[in-house]
Amino acid sequence: MDDFRSGVEQQRPYLLRYASVQLRDRDAAEDAVQETLLAALANPAAFGGRSNLRTWLTGILKHKIVDHLRRAGRESPLAGEEDTDDFDALFDARGHWRDAPVAWADPDASLEQRQFFAALEDCLARLPAKTARTFLMREHLGCGTDEICKELGVTPTHCWVLLYRARMALRECLQTHWFGR
Amino acid sequence: MRLLTCKEATRLASQGLDRKLGFGERLSLRVHLAVCGGCAAVARDMAFLRKAIAKLGENT
Repeated sequence: MDDFRSGVEQQRPYLLRYASVQLRDRDAAEDAVQETLLAALANPAAFGGRSNLRTWLTGILKHKIVDHLRRAGRESPLAGEEDTDDFDALFDARGHWRDAPVAWADPDASLEQRQFFAALEDCLARLPAKTARTFLMREHLGCGTDEICKELGVTPTHCWVLLYRARMALRECLQTHWFGR
Repeated sequence: MRLLTCKEATRLASQGLDRKLGFGERLSLRVHLAVCGGCAAVARDMAFLRKAIAKLGENT
């Protein structure tokens, strides 16, 4: 049991980083991680050594994060963000590029550079709250569209629009602040 | 098969990451990306963002 407890505790820094990416709030991330560790320690038999401990704890944490987002959504619903244009300025009247985007040179090499992730976080921070939350639920937590719709109270079509806006905005931002420097 | 505008193609490329596209949608998108370098670049970059976010937890 002590081995299990210390193994669980060793995962705290990783879990805190994981929760911080989604929640963007240190206190909320601490709460989610604390709830995760308590749930794990209360029921070690559920782990049973059948998967990687970090993977198992991350699975619990995802549920805690979604619970937190649900509570936060009830307490202070996010604005609709309906008035955002869909990058109309990038396209001409016929819907084609005004200036065609250029391909990023070797983007995978950026994944080895810490400064790239600082730029990515800056770009995430610039997204409207609901857009960022939707995007991170999809790409960071790995939630399906159905789950996101249910938790955020949006239609699938609106969800896809929010994800499109997030991807386009992040691409534009990274082009400006990283790849196009 | 319908010819897509670049705006429609980028929307569809994004949706392809979130839902299973229909046969006609896939075909239209594939044809468009084959002839439009700008949209092909954006589609690749959207897929790259998924990889980047997956690694963000280790580098946040």
